Parts: sequence; structure tokens; C-alpha cells
Amino acid sequence: MSEQPKFKVTIDNITVEVPAGTTILNAARMIGGDVTPPAMCYYSKLEGSGGKCRTCLVEVSKGSEKDPRPMPKLVASCRTTVMDGMEVKNITSEKVLDARKGVVEFLLMNHPLDCPVCDQAGECHLQDLSYEHGAATTRYEFDRRTFEKEDLGDYISLHMTRCILCYRCVYTAEQLTNQREHGVLDRGDHASISTLLGKSLDNEFIGNVIDVCPVGALTDKTFRFKNRVWFTKPVDAHRDCPTCSGKVRLWMRGDEVFRVTARKDQWGEVEEWICNDCRFHKKETKDWVIEGPSKISRHSVISQGHYVGVKKAPVLIDKVIGKDPKLLMDIHSISDVNRPEVELSKIAGPAHSDDFKNE
Amino acid sequence: MKLLLEHAHVEGIRYYDTYRKHGGYRSVEKAFKMTPEEIVEEVKKSGLRGRGGAGFPTGMKWSFLAKPEGVPRHLVCNADESEPGTFKDRYLMEFIPHLLIEGLIVSSFALGSNMTYIYIRGEYAWIVDILEQAIAEAKNNGWLGKNILNSGFDCEIYVQRGGGAYICGEETALIESLEGKRGNPRIKPPFPAIQGVWMRPTVVNNVETLAAVVPIINNGGEAYASIGVGKSTGTKLLSVCGNVKKPGIYEIDMTQSVEEFIFSDEYCGGIPNGKRLKACIPGGSSVPILPANLLLKTAKGETRTMSYESLSDGGFASGSMMGSGGFIVFDEDQCVVRHTMTLARFYNHESCGQCSPCREGTGWMYKILKNIEYGKGKMSDIDLLWDIQRKIEGNTICPLGDAAAWPVAAAIRHFRDEFEWHITNADEAQNRNYGLAHYADPIHVPAGA
Repeated sequence: MSEQPKFKVTIDNITVEVPAGTTILNAARMIGGDVTPPAMCYYSKLEGSGGKCRTCLVEVSKGSEKDPRPMPKLVASCRTTVMDGMEVKNITSEKVLDARKGVVEFLLMNHPLDCPVCDQAGECHLQDLSYEHGAATTRYEFDRRTFEKEDLGDYISLHMTRCILCYRCVYTAEQLTNQREHGVLDRGDHASISTLLGKSLDNEFIGNVIDVCPVGALTDKTFRFKNRVWFTKPVDAHRDCPTCSGKVRLWMRGDEVFRVTARKDQWGEVEEWICNDCRFHKKETKDWVIEGPSKISRHSVISQGHYVGVKKAPVLIDKVIGKDPKLLMDIHSISDVNRPEVELSKIAGPAHSDDFKNE
Repeated sequence: MKLLLEHAHVEGIRYYDTYRKHGGYRSVEKAFKMTPEEIVEEVKKSGLRGRGGAGFPTGMKWSFLAKPEGVPRHLVCNADESEPGTFKDRYLMEFIPHLLIEGLIVSSFALGSNMTYIYIRGEYAWIVDILEQAIAEAKNNGWLGKNILNSGFDCEIYVQRGGGAYICGEETALIESLEGKRGNPRIKPPFPAIQGVWMRPTVVNNVETLAAVVPIINNGGEAYASIGVGKSTGTKLLSVCGNVKKPGIYEIDMTQSVEEFIFSDEYCGGIPNGKRLKACIPGGSSVPILPANLLLKTAKGETRTMSYESLSDGGFASGSMMGSGGFIVFDEDQCVVRHTMTLARFYNHESCGQCSPCREGTGWMYKILKNIEYGKGKMSDIDLLWDIQRKIEGNTICPLGDAAAWPVAAAIRHFRDEFEWHITNADEAQNRNYGLAHYADPIHVPAGA
């Protein structure tokens, strides 16, 4: 067995060694933190995804050790593989930040601001993206585009106005189900996710399109308007499922299961696909073996009120002085406020340096 | 100097017998006595550059073609000529279809493609019939099919109609469409030379490029390279439209000056109706527009000629591109704002919607330009337009984003005060519906004007 060659790649001055064939985005994910470009359309579990949203654009300032020429344009880091000695600039490049700001503006241009009534709010990648990279206001002064409402069946609700055309759901249906029944119709800014002749989506793995959707375009009809995600508590659970792994995340409030989703990793990607039966029909605690609370990033609104990994500040002052701290200046004894002989209304203001001279 | 259109006006040249009588299919006879490598070498020597718009050297493109054992290779002819202002391929295919077929056979032999496709735009419905008739005639006379000229080489040519999308002129979108899928451009790499049609190595060439292979083989690469100037070798077809006395197809050897091309009677014949030249798009709608003063002379004051290098002299700051050869001429009455709006509408309509900057940005630019054109513009809109085009350009999957951004950028760069005039004199601009005349060429004032 031949050893797979390792390539050295430097992203924002941090060098990491990755196997050949790794994309820049995945190399950056190995480093983690701020140097990881955001990705709205790339999904590591879906073959062929990526390259479309352009939020992960990075600058390649040095092509490779052999050919050190920089790449002329910004490249989509999710679809560009690393070369040995490549140097990449993400947040250290003004050009990248500027282009990314532009992309976020384009994505938000026609996106409705209906977060207050959107079920995705709180776990929406577009919210995170616009919070981190977007501008505070919009320069777009025209009507946002709208679409005819389309019914995708009993389980999945489609809000085409919210869609950013990442194609993730198309790849999911193509790669998980036998026959893809939905796709992108039309082109340009009136392109839409749709089915032929209003067919409903009823494959037993089609529920996964809800999990891969980065925005609120595809949401769970059985959870519709039931609760805000940050009021529900995520719990990892499993069951013996004949069709899928049965490893899920329950979103509970008290003993009530509001929603079942697949487990997601730190990049918001599904760890294991689950079937429709687990997702839509098993909504009682007795259906599940509960493993314990899920780990949610502390930056997420879902983990509000849970202070994970927060350390209490050590009390240093005892150790240093060894006795109770002494009040160095007792303001109460100096201020006029505590003098009963002075009328409060006569006090002009806070204690002044002049007040101390006479003492 | 005519190579491609040498016999274009012979009656019946569309049919095999006449075409053969005028020296047709000589290049196939000659090519089959050479090895494929020699043909590629000959094309390399000729310095032929892709005629579809980008101007990439054809010989180099051919030599990039991967040749793995046991995997078929394909040659695809890009006849999806949808660029506004470009109609040279249509002329070639409609009047001398056998020239293209001949070029295709030679190129297929050079590249080892046993199945060659012509992807033609859906709107050219009648040309499909012409091509299929030509293919049938060629097959009947033994130029196609099994064991051509006893060389052991088999070749079939198929014509595939597109659905009328501009984006399918982009080579990877064309390949997707040819495979029967939605015409979305692929993300490169891998390039078609490695993984093209059905993941097999593929070369996609423009109609005119493949037709030019015929004179290259007939006369030799060096003879072809001696025509033209510098790296602009051979002849180029230009489709001229707009405000000229004689619009149409011209074959030039790229040594003429732009001034000669527009004003001499041999070519366009000048501007009609006693008007003056205002601006020109020298290479199809997506290349930058140039005002008269920069068109006739470069920024350095040299005479601009009709070659790849000279037209792009000065970069985008003061130059343009040869592009696909769609030469659009504007006289002093034409409004640049309206023209830019029309182009923005076109690119908005034709964007495939795959990547966000192009999908959203083209529509935004169109809406702003529409506001300006119809008297609802604001001064800040001009800077906003500039910023939008800057954020589209270079950040998209395929060149359509660039093609949408460049015309807007060039119009603002060179005609900014026309935009401002449009905004401040909304009523007048709308009623007269034409732009500022002061950009017009002061030298070529027709007598009596």
C-alpha cells in the first residue's frame, strides 16, 4: 500500500499538512476558527456540491512550490484542491473580505426578512453569514422577487422566496433516493426549486432535504410554527430503525418531542442521514432511547442560558494580600451626602478635590 | 485576403458537387497522408487563435487533450452563436456548410475523435437541415463513416440542437446540455480536455476555428501564419451591424486600421445619413464599448488596427477586445444608457442562476439602468452600478458574469457624463431618447453635415 502524499498548505499564515486531493476549505476546517471560509452550498457529504454560492472565495497568493504564480482570480475554496506549498489568504485579504461582503449582499438582496416567522431562524446559516460578513443596511431599492406557492406534500414545506439556490437539496435527492422528483426549473433570478406538475415528495429519505437546506426554504411541516428552535432543548437519542441508523437529535421542551432531526457536526452538516419515519412519525419520548443533551456551539442562540466551558475567575486577592481587602479611601466619610448637618439639596455635585483639603 | 469566404459567392457552393469542384475536401485527402501529430503541429505553427471570443491558441488547446488508453475522445463544434451582434458562424454554416464539415473531419482525425458533435443554437433551426444534408452528402461520397479513404479511421458527425440559451455557448454548459442535462456551466478544473462530454477528453472549438483548419492544412501552417500581424495570424470573420452603410460579414487579415475598416468603401462604407461615429463595440456585446476617440487611436496615440493585440491595447482602461468579431457601430444619435440597459436586460435574462453574484447582480444592474433610462435615476446609482459590476466580475463560475459586468463598466468609464446628463435631464433624455452627441468623432464629419 502506497503512502498517500501529504501536501503543506498555508492558510492565513497557519501551515497545515493535508493529504493530496483535499480542498482548501477542508484544509481550513482542519485548522478551524476564523480562517475557515463560510460555505452556503458546499456539503462534504454530497458529491458535486459547492462552487455556487461564492461565499467561500479565497485568494491564492502562491500556487504551489513548483509553480509559485498566484491565481489570477479569487477561487472557490470548496472546489479547489490544494497543491504542495500553496499559500492561501482568507481573512488576511482585503480582496476576499470585499468580495464576500458583495456575495452576502447578493444573497440577501431577494431574501425576505421574515426571520420572525421563519422556522429556520436560530439555526439559519444565512443569518450567521450576514451577521458575520454582511452590511447593516441594504442598497437594494426594488421589490423582492416572489414565487407562486407550491405544495411539496404533507411533510416538507417550500418557501421559494427564501431559497438561495444552493442545489444541496437537489444533490441530496439525487444521491439518497432512487429517483429525484424535484429540481431547478427556469434560469437566472427566476430559477426555482420545483417539481414537475406539482408532484409531492414522498421518498423515504427525502426528509433529509430539510436538514441540508441552509435557509428556511425547506422546513418541516410537522414542526411548522410549533416553537422557536432556541426554546427547545436538543437531545441525542436513538432507536432501532429498520431503514436508517436511527441516530437522531430530538428537540424537546419538557417531555414533549417537538422535532426530530439528524445529528449535525460543528459545520452544520448531517452526520448520518435519517429516514422519514424517524423524522416525522416518532414524536414521543417512549419511541426513543435518550443518550443525553447534544453539544451545541456556544456561539449558537440555541445554547442561550447554557454556559458550557465558562471558567469562574480565580479569587486572587485573598492569595496576594492574605487578609480582607482594605478600603483605601472611604468615600462615605468624605462626601457631603453622609453629613447630616448639610442639607442634601445644597450639595452641588459629586465630591470635588476641594472638599478634601479642609479635612 | 479571403480564405474562408473564397468561394462563398459561387452559385450552389452549398452542395457537394460544386464545393468539390472548387477544391473542396482537398485538405482531407492531404491530412490523411499525415499523422495526427503532424496536423496538430501544423495548427500550432499556424498560430490560429480560437475564434469564439477568448482567442486561446487552438494548437495549444489541442495539445492539452488527454489521451488515456481505451477512452474515446470527442470533438465538439460550438455553433451556439448567441452573442448579440455576432452572426459570422451562421453565414459560414448556411452558405458553405461543407467547409465546416471538411474542417471537422480533419480535426477529428487529428484529435482521434470518432464521434464528433455540432452543438447548434436552437434558433438556427433551418441551418440544422442544411448541415444534416451536407453531412449526408459527405457520407455518401465516402468522407464520413467507416474507414474513411482506407485510412482505418472512422468518424461520424452528429448535429445537436440547443434549446436557445446563451449560456450553452460556454463550453462546459454546452457539454452539460449536450449530455441532456440542464445547461449549467461546470466548475473548472477539471477542464474539458481532461473530462468533457460523458467525462471523456473533449475539445470544444468554434465553427470559424474549425473551418480555418481547412486552409491551414491546404496551404501549410507557415503560409497561414504569414497572413495577418504579430500573434493575430490568418483571417478573421467580422459580422458588422449597427450604423454603417454596408453591414454584413467581412473577412479581414487583421492588418487594416479600424478607421479604414469603418470608413473605406471596401468594408463598412462609413456612417449613413450624414451622421458621425460615436462609439463602437468591436467584438460582440460582452466586450467593452469604446468611444470614437479611443477606437480610432490608442491611448498612446497610435493608430488602432483590427488585430487581437491592437484592439486590446491599453487593457480595459482604454482598450477593448477582438472577442467573437461582432462589430457594432453607433452613430452620434445613439444613447449609451439605453444600449447598456438593453445589454443588462439580456444578461439578466440569460444568466443560468447557478452562482449568486451573476444571478442576483445582473438583475439588480438591469433594474438600476432601467430607472436611469426612464428618468427615475439618482446620482448615487452610477457609483452603485460601478460597485455591483466590480463585485460580479471575476467572482463567478463562468465568464457570463464578466460578460455582464464589462459592458456596464466600460459604459460608465467612458460615458459617465451621459449617465449624469440622463439623470439630471430626465424628461429631455426620455423624450428624445438619445444620448449626448459630444462624444462623436470630430474628424470624420461627412460633407454637408
